[in-house]
Amino acid sequence: MSSVAVIDYGMGNLHSIVKALQHAAPEADVVCVSDADVILNADRVVFPGVGAIRDCMQALNQSGLSDVIQQVAKTKPLLGICLGMQALLTDSEENGGTPCLDVFSGHVVHFSEPLKDGNGNSLKIPHMGWNQVHQLQQHPLWENIPQDSRFYFVHSYYAKPDNAAIMAATTQYPEAFTCALTQDNVFAVQFHPEKSQAVGLQLLKNFLHWDGQA
Amino acid sequence: MSLAKRIIPCLDVDNGRVVKGVKFVDIRDAGDPVEIARRYDREGADEITFLDITATHDNRDTIVHVVEQVASEVFIPLTVGGGIRTLDDIRRMLNAGADKVGINSAAVFNPDFVREAAERFGSQCIVVAIDAKKVSAPGEPSRWEIFTHGGRKPAGIDAIAWAKKMVDFGAGEILLTSMDRDGTREGFDLPLTRAISEAVTVPVIASGGVGNLDHLADGIIDGKADAVLAASIFHFAEYTIGQAKQQMASRGIEVRL
Repeated sequence: MSSVAVIDYGMGNLHSIVKALQHAAPEADVVCVSDADVILNADRVVFPGVGAIRDCMQALNQSGLSDVIQQVAKTKPLLGICLGMQALLTDSEENGGTPCLDVFSGHVVHFSEPLKDGNGNSLKIPHMGWNQVHQLQQHPLWENIPQDSRFYFVHSYYAKPDNAAIMAATTQYPEAFTCALTQDNVFAVQFHPEKSQAVGLQLLKNFLHWDGQA
Repeated sequence: MSLAKRIIPCLDVDNGRVVKGVKFVDIRDAGDPVEIARRYDREGADEITFLDITATHDNRDTIVHVVEQVASEVFIPLTVGGGIRTLDDIRRMLNAGADKVGINSAAVFNPDFVREAAERFGSQCIVVAIDAKKVSAPGEPSRWEIFTHGGRKPAGIDAIAWAKKMVDFGAGEILLTSMDRDGTREGFDLPLTRAISEAVTVPVIASGGVGNLDHLADGIIDGKADAVLAASIFHFAEYTIGQAKQQMASRGIEVRL
């Protein structure tokens, strides 16, 4: 079975994602690393993250991992999660405007306030909890995951890709926003598969068996 | 089709054992937080909260081991509260596999601790726990103040103003417990819950007083809470999480079934 490198750049807790990957595919060799060579030699790469985008990009740029991720994005299966997804866009409006990795062409924007649901109740930010993921295209990562399954989210910003063709799924809050993106060998999700119980583990398992083809 | 309201069972853990509401559970499982967490996960809990009530500092490592074990096999969000006083306490809990920490008394003694914690770890993992008690006399407009030390010490601070301040300081969520209702099984303090929920922009978890499944739905519908937390009704195995969700769904609340 293949090796998986979970990129460790000091942003947040990697315990859950590592445990979830091991649980989803006990035969996989999961390592948590910041070493460029190990990441470039792994069969596939997971790029997680929580926190603020400025700190994230600063850590990636200082460690040289920005270049590594851009290389990985051209060569092997890559899964971006939460802030890891946002960092793959061109830029984010968080922290007064932050240039990102530009793997996906588009922007990361804040939920516009005040949000109201259909009954006039105000919606909270961060968007936190279990919401439905509406798959827009067939993809190996959606295998055995029912349409509109609930995944766990916690975020205040979301991705707006320039090209609608790379949208893999949307979620309503209260309008539809893009919660998953895919292009070639890269897949990225705003929700946390490692915290989304059975459907989340299934997505991780699908990623661990993905050859990088749509 | 929208965000589900959450049901969060809470385990009060003392020296590595769950200390209340275990009398009808199979004796092998009784009091073992890992076993109970597993059961709640199977029943469809949306998150699990551990409240460490261990009195002695020496035994605080036990909660870390509990979280490590649960986080290795239960893949839903985990929150740990109780005795979180330093950035290092938070780091230890997150490294053990917790997703969020609950900060209570430490926020009252030093509000800047919440700001520092949110800056260092992100607002998404900082839950500020507020214990509030009604202080207005009957007939007066309702007013609540916050209490520390498990509701024993008044802090002389207005609960609504405090909740707003904590959000400004970076709290990503508020866990609101009514000290008047806690343990009474009479239901949440709904006016309090609604007042806080309408005053802040972040999600509010209602806590304190749940005695039946309708109380949970009331907290969402009348209290405007985003999530409801309960301990004893689930530990006693009076109700399963699944039953609670069915009841909420029957009252028109969107839940993850």
